[in-house]
Amino acid sequence: MTEISDPVYKTDTLIAEDIEAYLKSHQHKSMLRFITCGSVDDGKSTLIGRLLYDSKLIFEDQLASLEADSKKVGTQGQEIDFALLVDGLAAEREQGITIDVAYRFFATEKRKFIVADTPGHEQYTRNMVTGASTADLAIILIDARQGILTQTRRHSYLVHLLGIKNIVVAVNKMDLVDYDQETYGEIVEDYARFAKQIGIENFTPIPISGLAGDNITALSNNTPWFKGPALIDHLESVELRITENQKKPFRMSVQWVNRPNLDFRGFCGQIATGIVRPGDKIRIVPSGRNSTVKSIVVMASDGSEMTLDAAMAGQSVTLTFEDEIDCSRGDVIASADDPPPVADQFEATVVWMDEEVLLPGRAYSMKIGSQTVSAHIQQPKYRLDVNDMQHLAAKTLELNDIGVAEVASDKPIVFESYSDSRDLGSFILVDKITNHTVAAGMLHFALRRSQNVHWQATDIDRNAHANLKNQKPLLLWFTGLSGSGKSTIANEVEKLLHNMNRHTFLLDGDNVRHGLNKDLGFTDADRVENIRRIGEVAKLMTDAGLIVLTAFISPFRAERQMVRSMLPEGEFVEIFVDTPLDVAEQRDVKGLYKKARAGELKNFTGIDSPYEEPRNAEIRVNTVEMNPQEAARYIVDWIFGASK
Amino acid sequence: MDLTHLERLEAESIHIMREVVAEADNPVMLYSIGKDSAAMLHVARKAFYPSPPPFPLLHVDTTWKFQDMYALREKAANDAGMELLVYQNPEAIEKGINPFDHGPLHTDMWKTQGLKQALDKYSFDAAFGGARRDEEKSRAKERVFSFRSANHRWDPKNQRPELWKLYNARKAKGESIRVFPMSNWTELDIWQYIHLENIEIVPLYFAAERPTYEYEGGLFMVDDQERLEAALGRKIEPVTKSIRFRTLGCFPLTGAVESNARNLTEVIQEMLLATTSERQGRVIDHDTAASMEKKKQEGYF
Repeated sequence: MTEISDPVYKTDTLIAEDIEAYLKSHQHKSMLRFITCGSVDDGKSTLIGRLLYDSKLIFEDQLASLEADSKKVGTQGQEIDFALLVDGLAAEREQGITIDVAYRFFATEKRKFIVADTPGHEQYTRNMVTGASTADLAIILIDARQGILTQTRRHSYLVHLLGIKNIVVAVNKMDLVDYDQETYGEIVEDYARFAKQIGIENFTPIPISGLAGDNITALSNNTPWFKGPALIDHLESVELRITENQKKPFRMSVQWVNRPNLDFRGFCGQIATGIVRPGDKIRIVPSGRNSTVKSIVVMASDGSEMTLDAAMAGQSVTLTFEDEIDCSRGDVIASADDPPPVADQFEATVVWMDEEVLLPGRAYSMKIGSQTVSAHIQQPKYRLDVNDMQHLAAKTLELNDIGVAEVASDKPIVFESYSDSRDLGSFILVDKITNHTVAAGMLHFALRRSQNVHWQATDIDRNAHANLKNQKPLLLWFTGLSGSGKSTIANEVEKLLHNMNRHTFLLDGDNVRHGLNKDLGFTDADRVENIRRIGEVAKLMTDAGLIVLTAFISPFRAERQMVRSMLPEGEFVEIFVDTPLDVAEQRDVKGLYKKARAGELKNFTGIDSPYEEPRNAEIRVNTVEMNPQEAARYIVDWIFGASK
Repeated sequence: MDLTHLERLEAESIHIMREVVAEADNPVMLYSIGKDSAAMLHVARKAFYPSPPPFPLLHVDTTWKFQDMYALREKAANDAGMELLVYQNPEAIEKGINPFDHGPLHTDMWKTQGLKQALDKYSFDAAFGGARRDEEKSRAKERVFSFRSANHRWDPKNQRPELWKLYNARKAKGESIRVFPMSNWTELDIWQYIHLENIEIVPLYFAAERPTYEYEGGLFMVDDQERLEAALGRKIEPVTKSIRFRTLGCFPLTGAVESNARNLTEVIQEMLLATTSERQGRVIDHDTAASMEKKKQEGYF
């Protein structure tokens, strides 16, 4: 190797001499997204700074401020500290560490690159998973002096979990080990052993120095024993996932229906996999209706209409069909002879990303493609220790935990396993109250029972049961603090209804915990499951035609909402028994507040566990102003005023 | 066959815009009349074709833009078949806020406060902006969907993770989202796209003989001599030079560069051979290293 100075970036001459030719050549670049991962001192920021610097993306004014900053806060003495180029937010800059995902851009003659720069910090699994979710390739940095660390293993595992097939193992800081071949060889061997253990099939090892620039843009004279490829050569030539996706069957999630007038109905979306052409037979999933693609409509640059002969994975298009069929946001348009499956129960890997822990059984919003459904996660089968890939027992998942669990949605969704399609196999969970993105997940497969257990239709249906009793089934859901008077008032209401020849049943909190729910405690997760079971039992009873009364603290809005959504419109009546905490505590019929205040009772609602007041309860009774009999009469009047 | 990088960037931006339209109640596109806005508007037209983009354009005006910018503003909205809303902060009008006497207050009152007032006035819950991640260090970490509290503040420590292409657009009443569909484009990408798609931009981007004056060491254009002289309190003797602008804002704040690049390819050529970064012409960034981040937390776009 003799003097090769940055052949990849040598473009100045062409720009100066023939700008048209330059632009033409640059219009045909492809695009690769990759992620860099490494521990705090592995030199990640330095490598990225080097890539930006070498690709001439650093301007003189930036270089001047970089030189000044390097002297002031840099870690390289009088040398330029490339890391300062990429460390962004003010707080981080002072700490000298990156704490979020940042995206950087550079380009060579052949490709444009988007780099996700993610932290090496232990507590930031969430950021790494975010950065890896859109990457085609990962660069795992290893400090040649340190070899493989716990963090190296963790990053490799996460990258593998997110389905990245192209892994570059960049053994960095080779200048600090005198470019020693043996040191490099040992690290690569170690890594190969570890990679095999966790199922990584291939990786590309490269000895580099981000600081000195060895084997970055060209093979270095300092490592004559290394036969290539140089980092940039490799980044320019690996196969892109988008190209791989074109070979799969056609699928496109419908984002938006375009109806400018009565004559045009176009279905807009970004093609997930495959290729589509006018004349192709397609099927709308889940409805199963078939049609034929009439045209692929796009706008020409002058604003006029243009139709395409074909469109492929990655393109955002508008399709029209030969037939007028029902199709809207959330539906998937797929090749008619190879459509994706539909199911409502799955096994999935779930990465928890929120401070608030997973509550198994709670209903979250699940977004998958353009579909949004309500879904809940069962108690995890296991949690993964990302350091040694061990399966650990878990009741819940906390921030940065990764677990495998069953997911159930409230209606069937169109999906594919994550390994087949990132677009139809990935999902996020959103908390219905805080609106936070609390988790990201990857679907493995549908559970058999979801496809084989069918609802048994019975001839005597819920209407028949209710008609015989000559009443409309109702669920009167009493909620309020402990000692607010829920059970007392519910009891009074039941007496009144009984006297009116109504068929009723009262489910009491304490009584249910003696039997059906005696395995449950008072943690948030157990409270959620408690309410879910009661909701299901109450629903069966309303199916039997009964007026059901329940008296449970039921402290969380999300669970009350969940039960409400189980029942037909108008049958769930939320009754807020409104008693201020100090009044309830004063009454303290069961002596529980006293125990809770003394610290003998943990997770007591109102004391060390929250009560979320109803916002839109159908009925609110104020127990300071009304006695139980008055409250009961008020409720019964409401019922017969509101429902006949 | 590989899609080109511009095809992929365009497809991604279209996907983002359609998600917003499907999930937000009342979206708007912020339109600054610059080249980034021009490219963003063009992508929007493609995203919803044959319908016009189903949201209005909003220009938060400072009354100090170049005449050429005002001219293109009306034309661009008209060509796209979109409603154009122009908002000027009434308090800034009343107080006669200008870049000479009021320094940073000029940007704050007209742009930061003006934008907040306009979003509140029309109850927009999602606003598209043309910002790119390559513009400035703190932008590199901002999400595509950026949430603002009811009083428009941005909290860089509390951003939602964005995975795959699944955007969580849910928000509480009163909260809003700033959406940056062009996040992953670079300056060169924008120029190449304008070139490839033949998008109309303000002629000030191209060099021409224009009247200039010098102010605090910078070269500026005499766009409205009478108003300038009134604001400066002195006579100006314009010197004609061949100049162009790399970035467009308020004419007293936007430095010109001497140039002979008279068409798009020459401009791109000059940019590629340039040795100073795009924002250097803007006075706003020079205050402190973290100035942009601070402005953003306060609600500047």
